[in-house]
Amino acid sequence: MKLVLSGNEAAAYGAMLARAEVISAYPITPQTKIVEKIADLIADGRFKTEFIKVESEHSAMAACISASLVGARTFTATSSQGLLLMHEMLHWASGSRTPVVMVNINRAVAPPWSVWADQTDSIAQRDTGWIQYYCESCQEVVDTIMQAYRVCEDPRVLLPAMLSEDAFFLSHTSEIVDLPPQEELDAFLGTYEPDVRLDIDNPRSFGSLSMPHQWYPEFRYKIQEGMEHAVEAIERVDREYGSLFGRSYGGLLDLYRCEDADTVIVAAGSMCSTIRAAIEELRSEGVKVGMARIRVFRPFPTEAFRALAKDVRSLVVLDRSFSMGSEGAFFSEVKAALYPLSDRPDVRGFAVGIGGRDITIETIRSIITDSLRPDTGITAQKWVGLRRCEE
Amino acid sequence: MDLIEIRWHGRGGQGVVTASELFAEAAMQDGNYIQAFPEFGPERMGAPIKAFTRICPTPITIHSQVYTPNIVVVLDPTLLGSVDVTQGLGTDGILIVNTPKDAKEIATMLGYAGRLYTLDATKIALETIGRPVANTACAGALVKVSGLVSMDNMMAATKEKFREKLSEKAVLANIETIRKAYEEVSV
Repeated sequence: MKLVLSGNEAAAYGAMLARAEVISAYPITPQTKIVEKIADLIADGRFKTEFIKVESEHSAMAACISASLVGARTFTATSSQGLLLMHEMLHWASGSRTPVVMVNINRAVAPPWSVWADQTDSIAQRDTGWIQYYCESCQEVVDTIMQAYRVCEDPRVLLPAMLSEDAFFLSHTSEIVDLPPQEELDAFLGTYEPDVRLDIDNPRSFGSLSMPHQWYPEFRYKIQEGMEHAVEAIERVDREYGSLFGRSYGGLLDLYRCEDADTVIVAAGSMCSTIRAAIEELRSEGVKVGMARIRVFRPFPTEAFRALAKDVRSLVVLDRSFSMGSEGAFFSEVKAALYPLSDRPDVRGFAVGIGGRDITIETIRSIITDSLRPDTGITAQKWVGLRRCEE
Repeated sequence: MDLIEIRWHGRGGQGVVTASELFAEAAMQDGNYIQAFPEFGPERMGAPIKAFTRICPTPITIHSQVYTPNIVVVLDPTLLGSVDVTQGLGTDGILIVNTPKDAKEIATMLGYAGRLYTLDATKIALETIGRPVANTACAGALVKVSGLVSMDNMMAATKEKFREKLSEKAVLANIETIRKAYEEVSV
């Protein structure tokens, strides 16, 4: 069934089609429409779920963790400041091995106040033990919610996942979204049946004290093991989804026109669509350029980057976030992944689209032109399009 | 790539975003790929706002904002003079303005040399819907002027879009508005 849905509405439909049993969420711009649409779907009798109203994002995540421990499939959504308020509970979710799925609308972090697209909010959660997907279209939001539950609920993974979509560029943009039939999705997804759960007839304790000589490092190591299994699970589930529903997204690293490319742009989120259009223009002018879209940031697609690096002269990494005192996370992590290779491509980094500043085809073209200049020996990340006080 | 970009001007509460979506949904029924989105940011009742529609026979691989629209539609005549409605619109473009004034007068006022059409969409809406909501009338005028979607698909999209939100009577009134605007705008 084809509908016209915004990225926010797509998230609500995704939760419904996945038959999330418990939802707890707190509204925040530009995510509010997700919560409103879920409320509509419940009020219309189309979505049978338990919606728990809470006073904050911190409590929303606490409710999701508890419901997930009982064995319920849970969903939540937030953005920016809300995600930051959740930070403590994000660690609890992964540490408790609860497969909560969350949609995060990538919005800049204040101050100054900004409700526009920026990936700092989710990148700042990279060490919380959550799988991180970045979506490029409203269609991919629905499809990835389905895939994420399958990956997260895999007993060898058993970790939470956040799907990010850029504020406004996806959250408020309506596009054609094809919703697969419910019964086929039910067959694909199954139900969540954890081996270990909170049960009053068989009491257990989750998250209790662990002295240094007890099991703390082992629990943490098991999370890393889950992440390593997630690499295979994400690839496999994406392929299976593609064979069933005709859409797959390249697993962790989505390669576009990389076969004969000298230069490959590395990016994530809604800007990747615009990059595709820019690549078409540049290719028609004889510039051999492709794109490696970071669809999954955690677990990091290390092996995929190493395989790509073999045939590429340079990588141009675009970050819509910045780690103050260092550089953008994508820039750092791409370089770290390639370090063990003896023959490495040149890697250049650009910070672009910060705080929702628009990224046009022209922006991408100017970055490529800049990066094609002979190596000036400057390897620091450049900030694109900064205004000057005189302007 | 035959990408068409449309910019809609109006005020918060006038159904500007709805018009951008409605026209996209009608174009989708013709087999096109579409996008519809509001101006990015907070929307306030009565404040000038914009919305956008993209229509393309092939998949739209772009998620940046619209700077050089092919078509501009102005739902509220009080914006003329305070909002630069022709910004980025080339002389090969199309401008549709809801106003009782004739096109020549508006062309002189805006200094716009491209194709310009006017209609009294507010009057049509008052007659058919009973409220001064010009969004569906302007969409009806755009159907005729642009030739981008068929009237049948516009009607079908209108019924589908408003089916759950409006009463049957109100849906029919909007259909009548679109039909009347289609007839009244002279090409």
